[in-house]
Formats: sequence, structure tokens, C-alpha cells
Amino acid sequence: MKIGALRENYEGEARVAVTPSSAAHLRKLGHEVFVESGAGAGAGFSDAAYQAAGVAVAPNAQALIADVDVVVKVRPPEAAELKAMRRGQVLISYFYPTQNAELLELAREQGVTAIAMDMVPRISRAQKMDALSSMANIAGYRAVIEAANNFGRFFTGQVTAAGKVPPAKVLIVGAGVAGLAAIGAATSLGAQVYAFDVRPEVAEQIESMGAEFVYLDFAEQAQDGAATGGYAAPSSPEFREAQLKKFRELAPEMDIVITTALIPGRPAPKLWTEDMVQAMKTGSVIVDLAAERGGNCDLTVPDARIVTENGVVIIGYTDFPSRMGAQASELYGNNIRHMLSDLTPGKDGVIVQNMEDDVIRGSTVAYDGDVTWPPPPPKVAAIAAAKPKEKPKEPTPEERRAAETAAFRAQTRNQVGLLVVGGVLMLALGLVAPASFMQHFIVFVLSVFIGFQVIWNVSHSLHTPLMAVTNAISSIIILGALMQIGSGSGLVIVLAALSVFMAGINIFGGFLVTRRMLAMFQKS
Amino acid sequence: MEFGFTTAAYVVAAILFILSLGGLSGQESAKRAVWYGIVGMALAVAATLIGPGSGLWLLSLILVAVGGVIGWIVATRVQMTEMPQLVAAMHSLVGLAAVFIGFNTHIELARVLSLDPTAREALTGFAAVLAHKSPVEQSILRVETFLGVFIGAVTFTGSVIAFGKLAGKVDGKARKLPGGHVLNAGAAALSLVLLLVYLANGSTLALVVMTLAALFIGYHLIMGIGGADMPVVVSMLNSYSGWAAAAIGFSLSNDLLIVVGALVGSSGAILSYIMCKAMNRSFVSVILGGFGGESGPAMEIVGEQIAIDAESVAAALNDADEIIIVPGYGMAVAQAQQSVSELTRKLRARGKSVRFAIHPVAGRLPGHMNVLLAEAKVPYDIVLEMDEINEDFPSTDVVIVIGSNDIVNPAAQEDPNSPIAGMPVLEVWKAKQVFVSKRGQGTGYSGIENPLFYKDNTRMFYGDAKKSLDQLLPMIE
Repeated sequence: MKIGALRENYEGEARVAVTPSSAAHLRKLGHEVFVESGAGAGAGFSDAAYQAAGVAVAPNAQALIADVDVVVKVRPPEAAELKAMRRGQVLISYFYPTQNAELLELAREQGVTAIAMDMVPRISRAQKMDALSSMANIAGYRAVIEAANNFGRFFTGQVTAAGKVPPAKVLIVGAGVAGLAAIGAATSLGAQVYAFDVRPEVAEQIESMGAEFVYLDFAEQAQDGAATGGYAAPSSPEFREAQLKKFRELAPEMDIVITTALIPGRPAPKLWTEDMVQAMKTGSVIVDLAAERGGNCDLTVPDARIVTENGVVIIGYTDFPSRMGAQASELYGNNIRHMLSDLTPGKDGVIVQNMEDDVIRGSTVAYDGDVTWPPPPPKVAAIAAAKPKEKPKEPTPEERRAAETAAFRAQTRNQVGLLVVGGVLMLALGLVAPASFMQHFIVFVLSVFIGFQVIWNVSHSLHTPLMAVTNAISSIIILGALMQIGSGSGLVIVLAALSVFMAGINIFGGFLVTRRMLAMFQKS
Repeated sequence: MEFGFTTAAYVVAAILFILSLGGLSGQESAKRAVWYGIVGMALAVAATLIGPGSGLWLLSLILVAVGGVIGWIVATRVQMTEMPQLVAAMHSLVGLAAVFIGFNTHIELARVLSLDPTAREALTGFAAVLAHKSPVEQSILRVETFLGVFIGAVTFTGSVIAFGKLAGKVDGKARKLPGGHVLNAGAAALSLVLLLVYLANGSTLALVVMTLAALFIGYHLIMGIGGADMPVVVSMLNSYSGWAAAAIGFSLSNDLLIVVGALVGSSGAILSYIMCKAMNRSFVSVILGGFGGESGPAMEIVGEQIAIDAESVAAALNDADEIIIVPGYGMAVAQAQQSVSELTRKLRARGKSVRFAIHPVAGRLPGHMNVLLAEAKVPYDIVLEMDEINEDFPSTDVVIVIGSNDIVNPAAQEDPNSPIAGMPVLEVWKAKQVFVSKRGQGTGYSGIENPLFYKDNTRMFYGDAKKSLDQLLPMIE
């Protein structure tokens, strides 16, 4: 098949969908590769460089579209470009079908197969063609660079002969790919980085990048990213309030704020309000990566750098990847190449639009004169949800009842047996022993009984304290000594006195040790 | 009137003691329970002092105070690792006191009987109680006294030996005089004969000889029990000291003594039973000492013990998410509980799940490990019992075995000829990786080879537990 990359007409767009190196890979798949003249100029690839890689250069868009079977580009197509395409041609580019309903309709009318790079499902297999991630990575990095460029101080803390420099404090809001990339770039510049996200499970990722996770003391925090394919979902008003409160606390301390919060298919949430901007120090920088979708900051002006009255710089550029055209084209070109290699399973230059494939089905928005968006949910969940624990096999009610009755019968038999034997022994003893002894004996038997009942409930971890307590109270034997000490001969007094003394040691020692032990038990 | 008050105080004290033991069912209520016990004891002593039969108030109070000070000092100074010794030592005091009180009863009884009836009427205090007994009651009294002295004497020497073994002052190995249990049985038979003699004529000689025999039994019995069985021994002695108190209570007609003695006695008996069950051995086989004869050759152990250094252990810990620590007596010996606690804290701070698996007979005292870990401020809700945690081993990344041996020995399940076959053990070998912190290649107290050390997923981390762990600490990140 013939694959051709259009030159981007969008103002300031420097990226290109095919680079000389990705073209080489495409040729290995059996395709012929074309570019429109001047397509790579913004990214630093001359027509000659393409030709050297075996790419044919078409003089203009019209000629290119007429020549090729597959059109690849970066930005969503313009109406004119779509109109020039013929039935059965394939278009691979960003598409944003949610916002561009009429473009989608046009693609359907033209009978064009449109594959949207922004709709690639988030499953492991599709990561290599996930252009959103590769572009977000660049945006995150570039956002830090832009911030540094506009920030009149060092990022890293230094102690120099000329004085001490405190490190810059950077807050990253939203720890998606862009946010994490920004954390990485900011920490490697030496800044002190804090990061926030509504999905608590990314705390680990944030900390792994060297930033501090800003914890929100909020019960409902448990938003499960796995349920929404790894993306954030809108949060409750209460949660939002708690979040804004936290930001208000942080605003005066932060030198750089980079916001990257996006919710798929919705305008960007407003997270950095006007009063927060006013609370910030003069010279602070806000970089709003969500500017294209309305911005996370109230004051953001898309595609512009503004300075507020209190001297805070707000950057609302929407073309961060494009500002690093060479790198961005390289990565986007690779995404496109991986997409095409999935579309060319035989590596024979024949494109197979396999609508059973999760990735291809998910990203195809128009096919064969039909709108195929939104796609059915993918067969493979994006992120494996925690498997519910397998329940142990429940015995049927009858089985359980039978087991219970059997156990109950056995228990009854045992108990009755013991009682009978004990009772007979007791009666036999009563026949010979005098009443005064029996009186005490009853007390003894009852106490043993109570002891057995009570001790079974003692928890295992308290067995040592139990021994210490029983040891302490076994010195109740002191009573005997006290009763004897007052009567009789010298020897009796000496022995009783010794007993009192020893029991005294035991009482105090035993109880004190128990208290010491118990005082140490504490919950986490 | 006075007597009525004393009895009332005894009833209250008895209830307080029962509440005190019942309160030990939970960590939080236990803190309150100790106070019940203390108040009960104070009440009992005060009531006895003002009750009938007492005298020499001042002397008694001074003695209690002096004893109290000593007890206080010992209890504040003692290290938590020395707890088993302390408990054993204290049992010996109760045993000795029981012997003394029994002798006193005997002396008083002899004196009272030698008096003529008019003089008997003039007696006061304890002697008066004895004087009013009928001949049958006197015989019963003799049996009770005899029993009290016997149990007290066994408790005394037994506890002293147990103390010596636990403190390392006496060799921990099971050791018997030639003749073994025949000697014990002989001494017991002799005591029985002496009981009959004593019943017949109240001879002091019979009582003294019996005491010596009982002292010998206590000594020889505990000498014949190996260090690994000490949890059972200590709880058994605890039980004995209770029965001794109960027997003395009978002879003195004191209900509170009987009640408390019975409580302590049954508590000790239950603890011994629990311990024995945890080792899958009958009470008798523990008392008879050592391990029973092997019924066949032990399973051949294949493989070798592979040593590992601190760096590799640290690396594995850094990678692990689920960690279980199995502490044993070796941790107590090395005083490593603080290092263990620090390691736990560091690992938990890194978001890893760290839990402790406690075998019921780990250590030398029931619940020994719990107390040590609590001392080192390991939160008690991550310290779990064998039954609670045993099924979690297969999903565990790393198990660290610190100074335990028999309680993690797979031979208990795999080798029917092993001396410990059938004993419930912690199934650590089911984890992905096991590190065993151990001083050297020797076998433990029981002297049984441990196939765990030869397993493919086991690595031996030789060295003193505390030093090894301290080496690890800086490498956890």
C-alpha cells in the first residue's frame, strides 16, 4: 500500500506524522511511503532526508492524496483535506470525535476509514501506539522547561559564596503521564516537587518519581482509576471543596504550579482559582497544560503567556509537543508506524481492517460509510480490576445442620458423662467427709469451674500477662501466713513471717510486671 | 461481727479476682483488669489483718512493705526478655511459702493436740480454730496440709530449676539421673506411704521426709524436661502454685484461698493444655521429658544450606510487598526486638505490608513473643496467631524467620517419622522466599534437623539476629 504524510497546515504546528526513520520501518512492512513537500521542515527533516530514506516526495497535498491509499497526519484533518479524499481511503490522525461531530459526518459521507490516534484504547498491547501518552510525556517535560524559562530563579537549592539559594517549590496537579514526566523533569532540575492526584493509587508512582504526594484528608478519596481505564473521573462537590482548600493552603508557598488535570470527554476542571493566583508570590509561574480544553486555572488564556497584576506568569500554550517538533515527530511517527504494523499483520503491504481487534476497532471512528464511534467496550479491561476473592465452598444448609446436630450431640454426651461421673464422685465424697469439709469443697469445685470458663476467653497474645497476673494473685497465700503469724511458738512466727515476706515480693512484683507488660500493647 | 466483715471482704475480693482474669480477654480491658486484681489483693490482705486469727500487725505490715519494695525493684529492673525467668522465680516463692505455712499448720496442730481441754479453750487465733476440730476433721486437715506441703515443695524446686534453665544458669538439655522416672515414681510412692504414716500418728519425721522427697521430685522432674518445652513447664508450675494455695486454703478453712488457688490452678492447667496442643504432644509426654522414641529413621534431607549476605536480603525486602516475620526464642536471646521493630517501621513506611506470625509455643513462655514485640512498640494488630496467618504464606513475597526452628519445621508435616510429626507449624516454606536469621548451622533446642533450611527458596542469613538486622536497616530504602 502507499502511505503518505501530509504537511500540517495548522498555525505553528511543527510535527510530522512520518520521519525518515519511521519510513524505513514502514517500508519493511511492504509499504511505499510518500510525504508532501516541506512536511518535515518544522521538525527539521528536509525533503532530501526523506528521499535518502527512500520516501517519494509529492509536490502538494492534492497530488499526495491522489497518489496514496493511506493518509497519515498529526492534527485532525481539515474539511478540505477530507473532501479531497476518496472512498475507501484510510486516514490516520488525531480526530477528537467527541468535539468534531461534523468532521466525523464528513468522513462518513466521503466513505473514508478514519482511525483516530486519540482513541487508541489504554491496554498494554496498545501502549506502543498510544500517541496521547507519548505527546503528554513531551508536554510534561516541556512544561517544566517553559516554567524554568519564565522563572527568575534557580530550581535547585544551593549554598554559594554569594549566599544561599532555596530550592524552587513545584506543585504538579494531576499525575497522569504528563504530570509524571513533569515531576521527573522538575526533580532532576533539583526542585522540591509536590504532586496531587484524585486517584490515590498513583501516590506510589508519584513517590517513585521523587515527589511528595499531597495527601487529602478525605474519606471518599478512593476513586478507582481501574474502573475508568486509568483516567480520572469527575469528583464529588465535597471532594472538590476539600481539594481546593488544600490548594489554597499550598498556593502561597509554591513557586511553580503545573496543572495537567483532564477528564476524558469533558472541559478541564477548574482547580486553580483566581484567589489562589493572587495568593502566589510575585515571579511565580503557572503552566496550564489543560489550556486547550479551557484550562485548569481561571485566568489561563489559551495559546498565550500572560502576567497577572501581582506578577504571576501564566502560560497557556497548547502546542508543547510541537515546540519540540523533532522529538515529538520521532515519537508520533513511531506510534503511527506501530499502528500500521498492527494494520498490516502479514507484513506484506496489505492493510487489513480487522474490526474484531480491540485496538483497531476502538480507534476506528468511521469505516465503510458508517460512523463506528463510540466503540463497544474493549474485551480486555484496561487495568485488571482486583479479583474478588474466591469464596470457600459453602456447605448446603442441610449438611451444616446435620454437622451441627452431630457436634451438639457429641458435646451433650460428653458434658452429661462428665457431670454424671463428677456428681457420683461428689456424692461418694459427701458420704465420708464431714459437712465442714464439703462446704469448702463446694467452693473449690465452683472456683475451678469458673476458672475454666474465664480462662478460655483469654486471648493468646495475653498469655504472658495472664501468667504474671495469676502468679501475683497466687500470692494470696499470704492470707494463710497472716492468720498464723499471730499465734503460737517462735518457729511458727518465723516461718509465717518468711512466708509473708516472700508473698509480699510476689504481690508487688507480679502486679507491677503485668502492668508494665500491658502498658506496652498498643494499636497501630 | 468481725468475722462477717472479713467474709464479706473475701467475697468482694474473689469477684474482683475473677473479673481480673476475665478482663484479659482483650488488650484494652486487660489494663483495667490488673487494677481489679490489685484492689482485690489489697482488700483481702486488709480484711485478714483486721479479721480473726491475726496478730503481730506491725511485723506483718513491715514485712509486706519490705517484700513489696524488693518486688517493686525487681519488677522495674527486669528486662522483658527475662520475663520467663522472673515468672518462674516468683512461682518458687509461692511454693516455698506454701511449704512453710503447711509446716506451721502441722506445728500448731501438734501443739494444740498436746494441750489439755481447758487450755485449748483459752487459745486464740489460728490455734483456736484448730482446737475446735473433731478427730475426722483433724485427719482431713492432715491430708490437706500434707498435700499443700507436697505440691508446694514440688513447685519450689521445680520453679528454681526452671528459673535456672531459662536464665541459662542450668544446662537447658533434658538431663536425668540414672534410673530416670523410676526415681520420680519411687519418691512419689514414698510420699504416699508417708501420708498414711502421717495420718496415723502425725509424725513430724514423716512430713519432713515427704518434703525432701517432694523437693527431689520437683528438681528431677524439671531437670528432665528440655528447654523447648519450657512454656508448658512454666504454665504447669503456675498451675501447681495455685493448687498448693488451694490445699493450704482447705487446711486453714479459708475460702478465699481456695477460690483463688482454684482459679490460678485451672488457669495454669488450661495454659498447659493449650501449649501441649500447639506442639501436638500429650501433657504426659512433656512431663516425662525429652522427645519420645523415634519410630523409624528420619527422612533423608537433600540439598544444602545456602548462605546469603545482608545486601541481597535488603534487595529482596525492597522488592517485596508482602512480608511476614516469624520471631522465635533466638530473637529474645539476641535482644533483637528493637531492631525488628525498626525494620518493621521502615518497611511499613515504604508502603509494604509487614505482619508477624506467632506460633503458640514460640519463646519460653506462653505469649512470650507478643510481649517482646509489644515492648519494642510493634503495634499488636499486625501481630497474628498461627491460625490467623498460616494460609497467607503462599501469597507472601518474603518471610524472615528470626531465631525460630522447630515451629517452622516442614518435617512436622512431611516426615511421619519425625519426632515432631503432626505438630502444627507455620508453613513459611510456601512463601516465595524465606530468609532464616540464625547463629550457625546447629540444630535448635530440640536437636532436630530442619529441612526448611535446605529448601530451594530458603536462604540462610547467618549471624547474631540483632547484628544481622542492624546491618540490614540502612539498606532498606
